[in-house]
Amino acid sequence: MKNLYKIIGCLLLLPFVAQAQKAIKAETIYTVSGEPIKNGVILIKDGKIEKVGTATSVSIPKNYEVVNAKVVTPGLVDARSVVGLSGYLNIPTDQDQLEKSSPIQPELRAIDAYNTEEKLVAFVRENGVTTMHTGHGIGALVSGQTMIVKTKPGKIDDVTMVPMEMLAMTIGTAVQGNFTSPGTKAKQIAMIRAELIKAQNYMQKQNDKDSSKRPATDLKYEALSKLLKGEVKALVTVNSMNDIMNAIRLAKEFKFKLVIDGAAEAYRMIDEIKANNVEVILHATMARNGSDMVNMTRESAGILNAAGIAVSIETGFEGYVPKTHVLLYEAALAVTYGMPYEAALKAVTLNPAKLLGIDKKVGSIEKGKDADMVLFDGDPFEYLTKISGVMIDGQWMSK
Amino acid sequence: MPVALFLCSVIYAQEKPVAFKGALIYPINGAPIQNGTFIVQNGKIVAVGDASLKIPADATISDAKGKVIMPGIVDTHSHLGGPEGGDNSAALNPDTRAFDAINPTSDGFKKALSGGLTTLNIMPGSGHLMSGQTVYAKMREAKVMEDLIIVNEKGVYGGMKMANGTNPMRGTNGFPGTRAKSAAMDRELFVKAQEYKTKIDKAIKDSTKLPERDLRLEPLVEVLQGKRVVHFHTHKENDILTAIRIIKEFGIRAVLHHVSEGWKVPEEIAKAGVPCSIIVIESPGGKLETIDYSTTNGAALSNAGVLTGFHTDDGVTDSRFLIRAAAMSVKAGMSKEKALEALTINGAKMLDLSSRIGSLEKGKDADFIILSGDPFSVYTKVEQTWVEGKKRYDIKNPEDKAFLVGGYKVYSSDRAEYMNHDDEISNQ
Repeated sequence: MKNLYKIIGCLLLLPFVAQAQKAIKAETIYTVSGEPIKNGVILIKDGKIEKVGTATSVSIPKNYEVVNAKVVTPGLVDARSVVGLSGYLNIPTDQDQLEKSSPIQPELRAIDAYNTEEKLVAFVRENGVTTMHTGHGIGALVSGQTMIVKTKPGKIDDVTMVPMEMLAMTIGTAVQGNFTSPGTKAKQIAMIRAELIKAQNYMQKQNDKDSSKRPATDLKYEALSKLLKGEVKALVTVNSMNDIMNAIRLAKEFKFKLVIDGAAEAYRMIDEIKANNVEVILHATMARNGSDMVNMTRESAGILNAAGIAVSIETGFEGYVPKTHVLLYEAALAVTYGMPYEAALKAVTLNPAKLLGIDKKVGSIEKGKDADMVLFDGDPFEYLTKISGVMIDGQWMSK
Repeated sequence: MPVALFLCSVIYAQEKPVAFKGALIYPINGAPIQNGTFIVQNGKIVAVGDASLKIPADATISDAKGKVIMPGIVDTHSHLGGPEGGDNSAALNPDTRAFDAINPTSDGFKKALSGGLTTLNIMPGSGHLMSGQTVYAKMREAKVMEDLIIVNEKGVYGGMKMANGTNPMRGTNGFPGTRAKSAAMDRELFVKAQEYKTKIDKAIKDSTKLPERDLRLEPLVEVLQGKRVVHFHTHKENDILTAIRIIKEFGIRAVLHHVSEGWKVPEEIAKAGVPCSIIVIESPGGKLETIDYSTTNGAALSNAGVLTGFHTDDGVTDSRFLIRAAAMSVKAGMSKEKALEALTINGAKMLDLSSRIGSLEKGKDADFIILSGDPFSVYTKVEQTWVEGKKRYDIKNPEDKAFLVGGYKVYSSDRAEYMNHDDEISNQ
């Protein structure tokens, strides 16, 4: 009987194993980590990239399923989104990215809110995004945590790459109006500093040799401690020059790792950004130029890239419509407005993968990385090009 | 003084022609012309043809090789310039004019020019059953509103904005709380307007019998006479059909706007002969009545024979990206030819302006754009925008280009002017 089960088990596994080995032949492969490969082949085994090279250098084993494509890129990595917490309906029950009960809530976990079945997740996947840094949104001093997911369907644990990636923070007018306090810029900074000082005290007391003097576990300060210990980065949405400087000042005072997000006026702060090793996630090229983003320029990605700053482009968040931007178009328009083609592709693949600390797994087409790929019937950035296939972890999501 | 005036007109009449050579021309009223020649003078189009077209000896020649020339884009639904949403004192405001609210020197119009827009229908918002009279505006250099407006073939320079569905359904302060009440309130007002019109018609031979002037009913008489087009905001299938029912009952000429679920009833819309001005949004979702919106709308409506145009609804979508509505609709199945018509001549028809704008034909206004390449490509930029023979936007001019890309202190920090749409307010 036991043997019978084994046999049945093997039979059931057989089609899976047979499907697991795949080959993609393409006219152009943008590996991103290296030069584009003309007439290339990618072999995929057990969900990972087994081999990549020219058709002459890589022979396709007999049992591999072969798919042809005009162009292949790595699966896109969205540096910053709220999709999955923010749903596609503009009603409060479908918008979980911002909790307004208090302006500083680092204990709010993205994994408790991300909806794997959200329609927008399927939409961004169909548009080439296979990895997404998502989570709590803009509009609170500390709105909560972010996470990294693969955009494949499934249960939360199956799709989560990093359950707690960063702490999402905002400095600027986007906070005012959501809470009775802070009402001013100075108060925003004072409130953040006060909580970070409390977190420092909490950490110190936690180390007390006398365990009876250690404070009770506090979720808020546990989360802030992770920031102060350098275990997670601060993802601070700041757009004006003043607010970018405020974020840099905070990071220096409390010695945390800083990623500025939105960063509409980063193009005016290149020296400060470089001097302080600040990482940058840039607003969508087509973001609205209102409020704190009034001085944004669509040439930012090109300007920062030319200055030697590794740019990651995000879809970000829009309050009304579109419920999400299309990452491909944002990168494409960065090219239209002056960024070199391959730099723009990097800004939605390898650069965010590095910034997020997941570049050993995703972000480029290299041996040993996750088999996350997008197939196109033409130039990936062109409006009229169609995506002919999306693969995550070696599985076809669409083909 | 008379002498000076005379001199001016003489100078104008003798303005030298400008000839653009070598471009791929999309005249819209005919097949594309490779290596075309395009000549304008005194604000009008003088000639459109191929390389064999004779260029007047005194013409200034402009090399447009590798470029694309097409008519200026017509945005049939914009909120640029600060038309304001609508007055909250009543659900029906036929007497209020966007004309009295718009700032003719708004930076928004420079933004529109950088996107290749040359004519706009500027409207009050959709938070009212009837939010007021709209303005048909040319993107001329303007100091006062009179510089901006364009009087159409019916003798008016605007339409009448109406809306149904959830936006005007506030349920308080005299606003309807249900769809049936919305329709009843519209109909009640049009019945009054019919009676008022009858009185006016009866007084045709004896002006002493004219009824007292009524600012609320006068523009509705223009609507009933077919002079003033109703621009009807509507999303859901049932609301689309209700709008059509009201239009038919009162013999109103109307354009349906947004029409998110138009793809569900394209045959019904075609049968009613009502044009559709649609919005193209890159991702699904939004307020509840738009969740079935699809980028296939352009294909579904135009294939059914509906006169279809695109709009920005700026600030909902950005005037600088209206041109991509064509590409995105083509990707979803619309023909390229129909998509270019939807950016130009179809909008012109909806505003009763097609005798002057919307295609590159001899005698029409010299409203055109010069593109760096294929209008359906993401890499293409509008390089020049001309309105009535005057170059209003040139990407080579840094001040002009700033309105395209943005930058430090390019746009005013007063966001209200760009974002005062009722949709925004009611959905925040």
